[in-house]
Amino acid sequence: MRLREAWLPLLLLAALGIAPLAGFAASYEMTLMARMMILAMAAVSLSFLVGGAGLASLGHAACLGVGAYAVVILDAHGITDALRVLPAAIGAASAFALLTGAIAIRTSGVHFIMITLAFGQMAFFTAASLSAYGGDDGTTLYSRTELAGTRLLENRLVFHYICLGALALTWAACAMLLASRFGRVLRAARENAQRVEAVGLAPYPFRLVGYVIAGGFGGVAGFLLANATEFVSPAILSWQRSGELLFMVILGGVGRLWGAILGALVFVLLETWLAELTPHWKIIFGPLLVVSVLLLRGGLSSLVAPRHG
Amino acid sequence: MAEPLLRLADLRKHYGGLAVTDGVSLDVMPGEIHAVIGPNGAGKTTLIHEITGLVAPDSGQVVFAGRDITRLSRPARVRAGLARTFQITNVVAGFSALENVALAAQARVGSSFRFFRAATSEVALNEAALAVLAEVGLADRATVLAGALSHGEKRALEMAAALATRPRLLLLDEPLAGAGPEETARLIALLTRLKAAYTILLVEHDMQAVFALADRISVLVYGRIIATGTVAEIRGNAEVRAAYLGEDDA
Repeated sequence: MRLREAWLPLLLLAALGIAPLAGFAASYEMTLMARMMILAMAAVSLSFLVGGAGLASLGHAACLGVGAYAVVILDAHGITDALRVLPAAIGAASAFALLTGAIAIRTSGVHFIMITLAFGQMAFFTAASLSAYGGDDGTTLYSRTELAGTRLLENRLVFHYICLGALALTWAACAMLLASRFGRVLRAARENAQRVEAVGLAPYPFRLVGYVIAGGFGGVAGFLLANATEFVSPAILSWQRSGELLFMVILGGVGRLWGAILGALVFVLLETWLAELTPHWKIIFGPLLVVSVLLLRGGLSSLVAPRHG
Repeated sequence: MAEPLLRLADLRKHYGGLAVTDGVSLDVMPGEIHAVIGPNGAGKTTLIHEITGLVAPDSGQVVFAGRDITRLSRPARVRAGLARTFQITNVVAGFSALENVALAAQARVGSSFRFFRAATSEVALNEAALAVLAEVGLADRATVLAGALSHGEKRALEMAAALATRPRLLLLDEPLAGAGPEETARLIALLTRLKAAYTILLVEHDMQAVFALADRISVLVYGRIIATGTVAEIRGNAEVRAAYLGEDDA
């Protein structure tokens, strides 16, 4: 990424950091911002896949869901410490990504989209059949995960900055990965897999590792989402949620990781604002999304920072 | 006599009733530039696919540097030292010329499963890439996006990427296809330079270029090698003239 571009995402993150101190500390505002940051984090990890590796997954919400369900399931069995719950959430989401990715990445294009959608739906129906954990109705997380024996996550401000830190870390880590040797292979394979093979590298293992890494970040987002809402239902891993994440990436601009942050913020803000205006907000929201895709070829991020060349 | 670097032993490939590769045997000796020519539909492309690993032959062997690579994957063949260029230009358009070659350089040295350091700041990779770019005359175009290079430059870039894998054999699939007269002259000059340092299997339509560059020529017609020999021998071969040269040079 060009250095002069980095101030834009940093500005976004700084704004989120200052917001609770600058008068946006009401309960619903904090809830909204946490939701924004967590979805932004999921969108960034999806952008890493779509824009970086060229893997347009329509099942990314499943990784969130697996992470979120890990939290409530462990909680139901009395395991509530973040030091155990978070690694479990990451591990479960990564394992899900590994198992499904190992098959999905053998396909490409529309087939890849459909197979990730199918795996996502399998996860959805599995979650809906978990009658011990609420089945279709979902289940409540009775208390937030403990941090080293403390109830620090219950503190809104602490939770806010943990979400912000996780988002910043996800963005920085994905940017670093894409710039590394590993990322160079991913980016080259996205454009021209044949060329990667012609220099002696098989794209498959690189793509699979990328898919698992994105899944792991999705698991972290799921862990945070479960704690933010204190409730988990199969809706968290519905294909609609996957579609929304993909939309945030496209809205912000594919090919720019921080575009996904912008896309997620705008998406959640619009959704919330329109829902306040009218109960029929989806009639406005839908066409707005269509128009934004038609008019903003490079996404919102290209409005703020036009691409060169 | 020295061992051949590449040996094709009785390769056969049928598509339905059509024998596309019909018992092809061919030796590429170390240091030589061996050209394969043949009219359209002779089976040149399939033969290349069998050598590079895109198509598995029904029977027969591909032996490279004494090792049977008939069933090896495409990337594994490249790692073994069999690099290629493509008939249709094949570069990463969104990468700079330097990064295209650095990708090949990083594939050769160490692991590409490195996650932490920015690849563009790896001096050793960049220097290796720049040296190869200089070898093909693209040093001053290093920072240009590959997609913005001229056709001839892209051709040269592809060769640079192939060279950066430090190949033992270069397989050039119609390197002059689509090039204008000036570009052709420049590419032939480049190939002449490469000839001194590399063993090359050249598949090419441009007869003037083949006669100027090749040490030996094999003529492929209907999936069979009908003659192998020096330029003079092939020019003088009546069967070849009838099958091929008559059509092109008449």
